[in-house]
Amino acid sequence: MHSPESEPSVSTPEPSAAAAAPPRPEPSAAELAARYGLKASGARPRLGRYLADVWRHRHFIDAFARARASAKYSRANLGRLWEVGTPLLNAAVYYLIFGLLLQTDRGVEDFIPFLVTGVFVFTFTQATVLAAVRAISGNLGLIRALHFPRASLPIALAVLQMRQMVVTMGVLLVIVMVTGQFPQWNWLLAVPVLLLQSLFNTGLALIFARLGAKVSDLAQLMPFVMRTWMYASGVMYSIAVMAAHAPAAVQVLLGLNPAALYIDLMRFALIDSFTAADLPPYAWAGASAWALAVLVCGFVYFWKAEESYGRD
Amino acid sequence: MAATEGSTATATPAAPPEGEPAAPTVIVDDLHVVYRVRGAAGRAGGGGPAALLRALTRRKGAGAREVHAVRGVSFVARRGEAIGLIGSNGSGKSTLLRAVAGLLPPESGRVYTDGQPSLLGVNAALMNDLSGERNVVLGCLAMGMTPAEVRERYDGIVDFSGINDKGDFISLPMRTYSSGMAARLRFAIAAARDHDVLLIDEALATGDRAFRRRSEKRIKELRERAGTVFLVSHSNKSIRDTCDRAIWLERGELVMDGPAGEVVDAYEASTAD
Repeated sequence: MHSPESEPSVSTPEPSAAAAAPPRPEPSAAELAARYGLKASGARPRLGRYLADVWRHRHFIDAFARARASAKYSRANLGRLWEVGTPLLNAAVYYLIFGLLLQTDRGVEDFIPFLVTGVFVFTFTQATVLAAVRAISGNLGLIRALHFPRASLPIALAVLQMRQMVVTMGVLLVIVMVTGQFPQWNWLLAVPVLLLQSLFNTGLALIFARLGAKVSDLAQLMPFVMRTWMYASGVMYSIAVMAAHAPAAVQVLLGLNPAALYIDLMRFALIDSFTAADLPPYAWAGASAWALAVLVCGFVYFWKAEESYGRD
Repeated sequence: MAATEGSTATATPAAPPEGEPAAPTVIVDDLHVVYRVRGAAGRAGGGGPAALLRALTRRKGAGAREVHAVRGVSFVARRGEAIGLIGSNGSGKSTLLRAVAGLLPPESGRVYTDGQPSLLGVNAALMNDLSGERNVVLGCLAMGMTPAEVRERYDGIVDFSGINDKGDFISLPMRTYSSGMAARLRFAIAAARDHDVLLIDEALATGDRAFRRRSEKRIKELRERAGTVFLVSHSNKSIRDTCDRAIWLERGELVMDGPAGEVVDAYEASTAD
C-alpha cells in the first residue's frame, strides 16, 4: 500500500471538501516540487517565453502551412492550378453580378480593376478568418498528441493565405494591365499594403482561433458575418458615392473600416484614376494602427487561453 | 472491489526522504478530476429550441452532468521509473494520464511535472489527409526539432515504425493506414525525442510482436536516460515485462501502489472471481 494520506479523500468525494488537504507528512508535495524545480502541469508560460517559443517553432509553422497548401487541392484533378483558377473565377462572378447585372459601377472609373482589387484584397482577410475559426477544432489530433505553442496553428493558417495572396497578386496585376493600366513605380506601394494587411490578418486569425475553439457554432456563423463585412467595405461600389448622403456618424464608421482602408490603399497603388483624393487623409496611419493593434491584442488574447486548447 | 487488501509494507520510492532517492519527475498531490459532460442530460428534449435553451443556460450548469473520474490520488514518480497503471475500464487511468500531461485541469489538488510530459494515446491521430512522410516531419518540428535534426532522424523513425516493411506506405496519406500502422507511426514519432516524462496510453497494444519488442527496448532506453515512463495497458503481461512499479486504480481511487509484480498479482486475484 502506498499512501495512507489517500484514505481521507475516499470518504469525501466532493472536491470542495477535499480541497482542504489533510496534513501530510513532510515534505509536502509543494515543497518537494519546489526543491526539484517541478512546475504545475499545464500551466501557461509567461508572455515573453511564449513569444520565444512561437519563434522557435517557425519551421513548424512554415512546414504546416506548406503541408496544408498541398493537401488543399490534392483531391482535385487540376491540383494547384486552382490557386490561380479560384481568384479568376471569383472575379468573373463578381463582375457578372455587380458590373453587368446590378451596375454598381456608378461614379467609378476603371470599374473592372476597381472591383477585382476589392474582391481579391477582401478575400485575403476573409479566407484567413474562415480558416482560423477552425484552427483549433480542426487539429485536435495534433494538439492532443504533441506539445507546441498553439498559436503556431492560426499563424500558420495566416501564412498559408499570405502565400495564396502572392499568387493572387500575380493574377491581379495581369488583370489590371489587361484593362489598360501601365506598370509604374507606384505599384511598389502594394508591398507595404500587403504587409500591413498580413499583420492585421494574423491578429484576426489569433482572435478567431480562440473564439472558434470556445464556441464551436462560430464556424457556421462566420461566413455570414464575413459576407456582411464585405458588403460594408466598398468592394463592389464606391463608399464615397454611395454613402454621400448618409449621416456623418455612418460615414466616419465606414471610413474607419480596416478592410475598406486596405482595399482603397491597394486601389491607390494600382489604379491611375484612383488618386490620393479618393483616400481618407488618415489612410496609411489608420491601416498601420489597425495592423499593430489587432496583432498585439490578438496574440495576447490567444495566449491568455493557451492551456485550455484541446481540452474537453 | 477490494479496497485496501494486501497492504504489504513495501518501501515504495515515494516515501523515504532519507537515503537520496532519485529526483522526482511527477508529483500528484490529492488530485481530483471532474468531467462536465455537455448534453448528456438533454436527451429528453432534442429539438433545435431545446438546444438553444441549453446553450443559453449552460453557464448555470443546466444540462451538464458531472463525472468525478479521479478522486484524491497522490503519488510521486521518480527518474528512471516505468510505472504501469492498471484497473478495470473506466477506473480513471486515461484521465489520470491526461491530467498529468496537463490536458485536463484538476478540479482540486495539483500535478507537478519536470518539463513537459508527452502523452501518446490511441486516438491521437495526427493529420489524416497528409502522407506519413509529412506527418513525421511536422510531428518532429512540432516537438521543437530543427529541420537538420529532422533530416537526421527521419530514416530512423520510419524504420522504427515498420511502416515501409511491406512496401512504400510512408508516402500515402495517413487515412489509408490501418489503425495499427497509424499507432506505430505515432509512437515512432514521439519516441524519436528523449522525454523527461512519457505517458503511453495503450499505444503498444495495437502493434505486432516485432514492433512491441522494438518499443519495449525504446522504453528501456528512455528510462536509462533518466526519464519516467507511464504505461496504461490491459495486458498484465506487458505491465510485468516493461514496468518496475504499478499503480492500481478503481473508480478513480488509488487502491495499491508498489512493485509491478505484487500489484498485478493482487489485481489479478481481485478480478479472478
